[in-house]
Amino acid sequence: MATPAARGLALPGFKMLAATPPMRTAPPPAVAVLPLNQHTGAPAIPCIHVGERVLLGQCVARAAEGVSASVHAPVAGKVTAIEDRPAPHVGGAPTLSIVIDNDGSDECANALIEPGTALQLAPEVLRERIQAAGIVGLGGAVFPTGIKLTRGPRQRIEELLINAAECEPYISCDEAALRERAADLVRGVAVVLHALTAERCTIALEADKTRAIAALQQALAAAADARIGIRIVPPIYPSGAERQLITLLYGREVPADGVPTDIGIVCQNVGTVLAIADLDTNGLPLIERIVTVTGHGVRQPANVVVRLGTRIGDLIEFCGGYTADAARLIMGGSMMGIALPHDDLPVVKATNCLLVASDQDLRPRSPEMPCIRCGECATVCPAGLLPQQLHWAARERDLDGLTRLGLEDCIECGCCDYVCPSQIPLATRFRSAKGMLCERSETRERAERAGHRYDVRAQRLEAAAAAREQRLKEKRRSARRPADADPDPGPDR
Amino acid sequence: MKFETSLPPYAVARTSVGRVMRLVLYALVPAALVYVHFFGWGLLVNIALAVLAAIAAEALALRLRGVAASDFLSDGSAIVTAVLLAFALPPLVPWWLTVSGAAFAILIAKHLYGGLGCNPFNPAMVGYVVLLVSFPVEMTTWPVPTGAEGAPALTLTQTIATSLTGVLPEPYAWDGITRATALDTVRTGLTLGQTMTEVMAGPQFGAVGGRGAEWVAAATLLGGLALLGLRVIRWHIPVAMLATIAALASLMHGIDPGAYPGPTFHLLSGATMLGAFFIATDPVSAATSPHGRLVYGAGIGALTFVIRSFGGYPDGVAFAVLLMNLAVPVIDRWTVPRIYGHPG
Repeated sequence: MATPAARGLALPGFKMLAATPPMRTAPPPAVAVLPLNQHTGAPAIPCIHVGERVLLGQCVARAAEGVSASVHAPVAGKVTAIEDRPAPHVGGAPTLSIVIDNDGSDECANALIEPGTALQLAPEVLRERIQAAGIVGLGGAVFPTGIKLTRGPRQRIEELLINAAECEPYISCDEAALRERAADLVRGVAVVLHALTAERCTIALEADKTRAIAALQQALAAAADARIGIRIVPPIYPSGAERQLITLLYGREVPADGVPTDIGIVCQNVGTVLAIADLDTNGLPLIERIVTVTGHGVRQPANVVVRLGTRIGDLIEFCGGYTADAARLIMGGSMMGIALPHDDLPVVKATNCLLVASDQDLRPRSPEMPCIRCGECATVCPAGLLPQQLHWAARERDLDGLTRLGLEDCIECGCCDYVCPSQIPLATRFRSAKGMLCERSETRERAERAGHRYDVRAQRLEAAAAAREQRLKEKRRSARRPADADPDPGPDR
Repeated sequence: MKFETSLPPYAVARTSVGRVMRLVLYALVPAALVYVHFFGWGLLVNIALAVLAAIAAEALALRLRGVAASDFLSDGSAIVTAVLLAFALPPLVPWWLTVSGAAFAILIAKHLYGGLGCNPFNPAMVGYVVLLVSFPVEMTTWPVPTGAEGAPALTLTQTIATSLTGVLPEPYAWDGITRATALDTVRTGLTLGQTMTEVMAGPQFGAVGGRGAEWVAAATLLGGLALLGLRVIRWHIPVAMLATIAALASLMHGIDPGAYPGPTFHLLSGATMLGAFFIATDPVSAATSPHGRLVYGAGIGALTFVIRSFGGYPDGVAFAVLLMNLAVPVIDRWTVPRIYGHPG
């Protein structure tokens, strides 16, 4: 079966900008701002008050019902506010955030697990601890990891796939982590395998990460864990997209309406596994992550270990500050990142990269021309879609057509955008078209509920009318009964 | 520090409609050089006339549509249409024929449907077919190629004068310098009962196809391969079209060699190469999906062969393209590729 998963683009990586210097650690922030929605799913619910003193690692917001994750204090200090603050996500709308003033003590809360005992815990307990630690997918999807590791009753996990492909240009935090903390990663893999009760793990890397591959091979040789293997994939964007990577490695496709667990595979990002390893090492929840600070607009690009809640502007200062020609501040890589309007925003769990782009890094689109139907977009689409037809359907607001053409399968990688000679902003169009579809399904749902209410009400009224009829009949019958009881009224009446 | 925002991707490929059109024009240069060598300066005169007419027509159309002219006039698509039309025309046609063909192609076949990206039919082929049907005599008056007896040797000035006035310079006469094309000769010869071998012994024929025309076809093929290598076009349409023509020609030639020319003749005659790499590959009027393009290319090849062998015109590429343009919406609808994660 020919699969589109192998399609994509061979893009210039620009990874050496930040990957060459050694990894650094940023100082803890003076003020930590923690948006409560920095994960997929429902926002966390605050469980502390303004004015309260919290310890480092203390849970400050509990996961809500369903898919959600907790948020923990990355510093010890006083909670000065729980209020709406600007947050680095699409749209930039202010979100409820917890603000903590760092008192400098770094006093730790109780450990979530006894350090070094992860492998002794029962798998369900371990998964619950991972969830309680607020660990989410650090590759950018920020899906709560504890929930992801909990599989349904009938699913057996055959393989743990560690996604170290990191295919998007500029981002190199996973590569840096592998180079400098490969042993920790291997330990983390053992913990995750225990949590999944799975027997095999594959770590997938792109071919051009030679130093990371070497470091990983060394660590694996030292650990002598036969369950873990390495596989190399060609450096094509977006071969690191979860579904595409799975198909490249195993030849099977993840069903469109399913998840990798349905075919027995669980995929985890390098940073996520390291966070789990850290949970085992020191019992601390997720309070920091590696961020790639890169681009020609920052003086000293590097990969930096940063506490969550750090102000982005301060992190850039730590990396030498802006150069004179810094033109954009992008959270993410050059293909899918979000351009931030200012640097007064906190580092969140999804912040894998801060690309301070200068004109050297940017190649903006020219004015949009009509689509000339060249079909290059379809040639590179890793989801096998026809972006050209999606474009026409989106223009016509043909929502049925969009669904038929598979808009919901678009992974928004931007490959079609990249190659379009007419410079049409396809990925953006599809994102807003998805919004149109969402709106329509919400409207339909509301209409269905309203229809249901109407039906119930109509039934109720009918039943009431029938009951009334019944009572009237009874009354008439009982009024007539005395006359009926005497069949021969006689002349006296 | 504040920043301006924009939408991802933040770096896109160095490509543009203009670049695509320019590369197509460059790829036609070998064919143009060979053409001029064999058939004189007429091609260049026609190109000049057609391009001027096309640009003027485009400017007028944009004005009438109320669209800003600056972006569209520089995208080069009108120039490509004009140049392809000029390649299809006999080199010594009168100026008004070239100009009206180009203007019709741009005004009617392109802008009446909505301009760039909206035309369902290939504009150059529409222009060509309208001229062929309206002016059959002028459109079938091809000169003898250089190297054959009776070939005219007109200078550039003489060619321009002929185009503008319709009169040949001394001592040439129309009957003397023009001759039927190879395809035309084959069709006439076969109707008269000659076999292919007898027909191909005539002076119009070179090694495998029409004298001169076979070299133009080879040069066109070269340009087409360059376009393939540069990924300006993809392989599906040219390969499908040429393979279908070759397959059908081999089949019929195998069944009755005296009555049907072989595949090499078909591939190197008429507009086959030009059609396969430059005309059928016009992205706007072609099918979209990879499988769709194979069907589209094969359809053009089959129709070309059928029209050439059994139809009323010596060359069928233009009509084949237009007929398949009609079929494109259906082809697109039925060849939507399989999406990742969905069953086949």
